Amino acid sequence: MSAGENDGCADRIDAIKSTLRVVPDFPKPGILFLDITTLLLDPKAFKDTIDLFVERYKQKNISVVAGIEARGFMFGPAIALAIGAKFVPLRKPKKLPGEVISEKYVLEYGTDCLEMHVGAVEPGERALVVDDLVATGGTLCAAMNLLERAGAVVVECACVIEVPDLKGRERLRLQGKPLYVLVESQFEAGS
Amino acid sequence: MSAGENGGSGGCINGIKSALRVIPNFPKPGIMFQDITTLLLDPKAFKDTIDLFVERYKDKDISVIVGIEARGFIFGPPIALAIGAKFVPLRKPKKLPGEVISEKYILEYGSDCLEMHVGAVESGDRALVVDDLVATGGTLCAAMNLLERAGAEVVECACVIEVPDLKGRERLRSHGKPLYVLVESQFEPNSQ
Repeated sequence: MSAGENDGCADRIDAIKSTLRVVPDFPKPGILFLDITTLLLDPKAFKDTIDLFVERYKQKNISVVAGIEARGFMFGPAIALAIGAKFVPLRKPKKLPGEVISEKYVLEYGTDCLEMHVGAVEPGERALVVDDLVATGGTLCAAMNLLERAGAVVVECACVIEVPDLKGRERLRLQGKPLYVLVESQFEAGS
Repeated sequence: MSAGENGGSGGCINGIKSALRVIPNFPKPGIMFQDITTLLLDPKAFKDTIDLFVERYKDKDISVIVGIEARGFIFGPPIALAIGAKFVPLRKPKKLPGEVISEKYILEYGSDCLEMHVGAVESGDRALVVDDLVATGGTLCAAMNLLERAGAEVVECACVIEVPDLKGRERLRSHGKPLYVLVESQFEPNSQ
């Protein structure tokens, strides 16, 4: 589902979309990078972004919001605070101190590994995964695997932006999980 | 200034302090790592943390909050949202797309470089720097240098935790900038 389908959100969504910027050839030639930092420079648009997620999730008994390093950290905590949930950072290897569980994944340009603290999430918890953007869905799937290995139920994945051509939504559907985004990117990543 | 000196918030501070944990020998032997992730697992303590910062800064005409990658990204945005300021991420090299300015710095265990987007901060902006912890103050000074190079005025640096023995407060004082923290760490890192 995309937030644009709900008429009450349309004006806020348009304003959010207008703050985003595309940076060509980053991190490599041919990639059109969708940059959310310009959204963070617009206090109203940033607040609307968080409010749209909070409105969707506040009645869904979410007990934990997991944010993917590093841009997921910019959105996840504010949502967690507003809905009274825990915030759990999912991090690149060797960043989290103490005991962790790890999940390897393939992403749009390379491979990586995500880690979560042992004990941060308990069995039966209802979880939301937050990141700035979904492309292939590989990172979100790794995040969901970590949460499910800890016994949580992943309710949904939430991102500001979706790049539909990279089929992340389909990949999440294969894992049986829904995806909610505010904005669909009109730009196709170069090959 | 440390929030512990403010009697009215004492109960909150105790809740915050008790939510923190120390991990010995991370990232290297001899270092007692102050872990804030357990604070984030306590919604009330996390909210109290943000509220304490918001109460201090909401009437200080702060127009921009910069957060230092990555744990500054957890605390900075909620404060920015509450006080109506911009949030600007300061990042490790090559993470920010587009044009950046860079500042090199020495930290507690190694050296690094911080980057900020050109144009994110404007001349005359009043800025707050946020991170989870201040040790030597090297990272905060690099952040302040970036802001000042962009023409902003740094009002204060704000951290959840201070490690007093590493003298970050003194280092900021010699830069002419005040530091505000909620908790002072009682643990001394061992020498290497």
